[in-house]
Amino acid sequence: MRDFARLYVELDATTSTTAKLAALKRYFAVASAADAAWATYFLAGGRPRQSVPSRLLRECAVERAGLDAWLFEECYQAVGDFAETVAHVLPPPRSSTPTGLADWVARLSTLRGAAPDVIRERLFAYWDELDWNGRFLMLKLIGGGFRVGVSRLLVTRALAEHAAIDPKTVAHRLIGYTHIAARPDSGAFTALIAPDADAHASPGHPYPFFLAHPLLREVATLGDCARWMVEWKWDGIRAQLVARQGRCWLWSRGEELVSERFPELDAFGLALAQGAAARAGTVIDGEIVVWKDDRALPFAQLQTRISRKVLTPRILQTTPVVLLAYDLLEHAGKDVRHLPQFERRALLETLVRDADDPRLRISPLIELATWEDYALLREQSRRRGVEGFMLKRHDSTYGVGRTKEDGAWWKWKIDPMSVDAALVYAQRGHGRRASLYSDYTFAVWADDGVGQERRLVPFAKAYSGLTDEEIAQVDAVIRKTTVEKFGPVRSVTPTLVFELGFEAIQRSPRHKSGIAVRFPRILRWRHDKAVAEADTLASLNALLDEAGSAQPG
Amino acid sequence: MNDLVVARPEGLYCPPGDFYIDPWRPVARAVITHAHSDHARAGSGHYVAMRDAEAVLRIRLGNIDLQSMDYGERIVHHGVTLSLHPAGHVLGSAQVRLEHGGVVWVVSGDYKTQPDPTCPPFEAVRCDTFISESTFGLPIYRWQAPEDVFADMAAWWRANAQAGRASVLYCYAFGKAQRVLAGLRDAGATDIGALVCHGAVQVLNDAYRRTGVDLPATHRVSDLDPAALRSALILAPPSAAGTPWLRRFGQFSDAFASGWMLLRGARRRRALDRGFVLSDHADWPGLQSAIAATGAQRVIITHGQVAPMVRWLEQQGLQAAGFDTEYDEDAAESAAESATESGR
Repeated sequence: MRDFARLYVELDATTSTTAKLAALKRYFAVASAADAAWATYFLAGGRPRQSVPSRLLRECAVERAGLDAWLFEECYQAVGDFAETVAHVLPPPRSSTPTGLADWVARLSTLRGAAPDVIRERLFAYWDELDWNGRFLMLKLIGGGFRVGVSRLLVTRALAEHAAIDPKTVAHRLIGYTHIAARPDSGAFTALIAPDADAHASPGHPYPFFLAHPLLREVATLGDCARWMVEWKWDGIRAQLVARQGRCWLWSRGEELVSERFPELDAFGLALAQGAAARAGTVIDGEIVVWKDDRALPFAQLQTRISRKVLTPRILQTTPVVLLAYDLLEHAGKDVRHLPQFERRALLETLVRDADDPRLRISPLIELATWEDYALLREQSRRRGVEGFMLKRHDSTYGVGRTKEDGAWWKWKIDPMSVDAALVYAQRGHGRRASLYSDYTFAVWADDGVGQERRLVPFAKAYSGLTDEEIAQVDAVIRKTTVEKFGPVRSVTPTLVFELGFEAIQRSPRHKSGIAVRFPRILRWRHDKAVAEADTLASLNALLDEAGSAQPG
Repeated sequence: MNDLVVARPEGLYCPPGDFYIDPWRPVARAVITHAHSDHARAGSGHYVAMRDAEAVLRIRLGNIDLQSMDYGERIVHHGVTLSLHPAGHVLGSAQVRLEHGGVVWVVSGDYKTQPDPTCPPFEAVRCDTFISESTFGLPIYRWQAPEDVFADMAAWWRANAQAGRASVLYCYAFGKAQRVLAGLRDAGATDIGALVCHGAVQVLNDAYRRTGVDLPATHRVSDLDPAALRSALILAPPSAAGTPWLRRFGQFSDAFASGWMLLRGARRRRALDRGFVLSDHADWPGLQSAIAATGAQRVIITHGQVAPMVRWLEQQGLQAAGFDTEYDEDAAESAAESATESGR
């Protein structure tokens, strides 16, 4: 654990990518394969199932620290992170052991399902042999992983440089590596950094997803629009359908196997894999959307379906999904990602036509004469339930991840809907924003009718979009204007107005305002507006009408 | 109610003595616990403070009507016996002891119980009512021994110097900077390179030296050639972060010395290379031992973690309450440092 804790401290202490890469390589150079297997798992974003229930973990920590529950809660509110709070309040350790990361993971896994008094006894013993950093990490591991400002891409680079192999090979092998149920051992790590190309790949492995950059400059700077393939940007779940050797796997972009969530697509993929033409291997990249009456339904529909534990026949009937195919990565068992976009598209169109199945639809190309025409059509995005356009250079290859230099794929999204809203509640943030009031609830004015005083109705929570400096300023105002405290939440006398942006809006009987918005975020601080000038519920309703397609959830 | 101190809109007020302690609005008579700007504000008619606070008070408040007292010296005003006692916070920091009609109250100001080579240690004063700060009044706050912190600081500085990189350490210009200078000297670190101080710090170093505190030699940036800067430790107020003043140091490593650096979120928010946990306030055990040592049965909390401390004290069987005050060291100090920054 000590080597891994040192690595963690080094990664946490610096903002320099070069320094992080160097720290990772130093660690991989000294760590055993068994320890490195787990380090890779956690750093690449793996989150195992929680091994001790939160409540029991908290009770044990409070007891060992000798604090009253209320005082521990105060501490947690000040720190904003459970593992860090516990590490601060536990009494000093009595010994220290050289137990490595893999052994710690094994020890912690024995806690899962154990009797509460056994868990308590073991936790106390473990805490007694770990220093501050060790305890902090151990608690993070129990809770199911942590964030340390290292991207999966950076871990991929570090492994590739450590093993002197191609980063793309590592990226491909890393797919599925961080699955929630994975138990990577020394063999898995050795396979990850093995020199030979595909010796250990499972037949179900997808390819790393190629990601688009947001288009922040004028679209005209992309040159002649005839050199670009334009599609709607669908608001669903990005997925790869892998059909090989008579079997099918459906992977989400989070590299989670989602076959079971979408049995109709799984059945389609199985049929495809068992068909003569595709037996050698087919991989389709596309978007899973709920499709009804010849159109895609809002993401909210998909969301209600994802959140169900059991998919009843009724749900399958009311929210049927399709795969909107937009790229072909493997054809007849061959990796075709190096082919230009238009050639892959031609292969894909043939495949979709031959499959002739309602569950597989092609994401149509929009062909217009000028960028101005596209800009005009893009205005209809909201009504059509899409997020704008995807622009793909017609001669581009299929890349890996979100590459910086390559302008092959762009997402040309519509500007978010926005309203000016007043800040009415604030809560302290977590992690980097711990102890600052950085999570806000916003309200608009509701008019209850003639003779009634208008009142502010909360409708959205947002915690992103401000600079650290602005957060500090808002924090100071919140402390000065607090009316009441409810645990970690403060109500304030509204004095601040912010422009809030969001992607979608729909009616929601569960919200006081009767409205739910998607991805709310702060666009800017309206220093120029007084609270009385904040928008009204009527302006939100107008957006609702404009969005048109939104259905009651 | 025969309270010796009450909270008024102007500040903490002693009714029988008709004077204020650390008022935040101008008043006729103000007793000042220490010269940090949230406790020593301009505009009052007559000031009383500990003798060692005079040099810094004059830098910050200019030509004020100031009456100096030594620790332990007693004066009687309107029948109230007033004396000042070491608070261990910064140079000249004092607790104010008030005695009237056989009752004793003590106002702590800010204090710490850890050793500090630049000022005499906190002295527990027996009293009936103790008015205490609680800046770090939660069990998460437990300080390391200062010598360990200075050893870490020296190791960081040495590693930077060996890599040919300047070390920029942000800290309060008054109090913390001088404690760091003396602490690094006592840790035997002054051979690593030159000690360079921002103008806002240097002004206060001179005040300390005039008051008789021994500090290692410090330089202004302009006194050194650029090569010497690459192994130097530069002390600057937090307000200097991100300013063009830093450009002259080329590539440097930066760090912040403050009790707030205990929390990972606070460290990451500042996006600095290092955070050294070094505070001039009492930590949780320090607050507990200080309060217990006064023997007070009634405790009033002025600022910081007021609600948790009050609740905890009540659980210990004491009579506890909070005062509404306007003490905010972070905001006030950064304003004061900006005001003296022209002195670089």
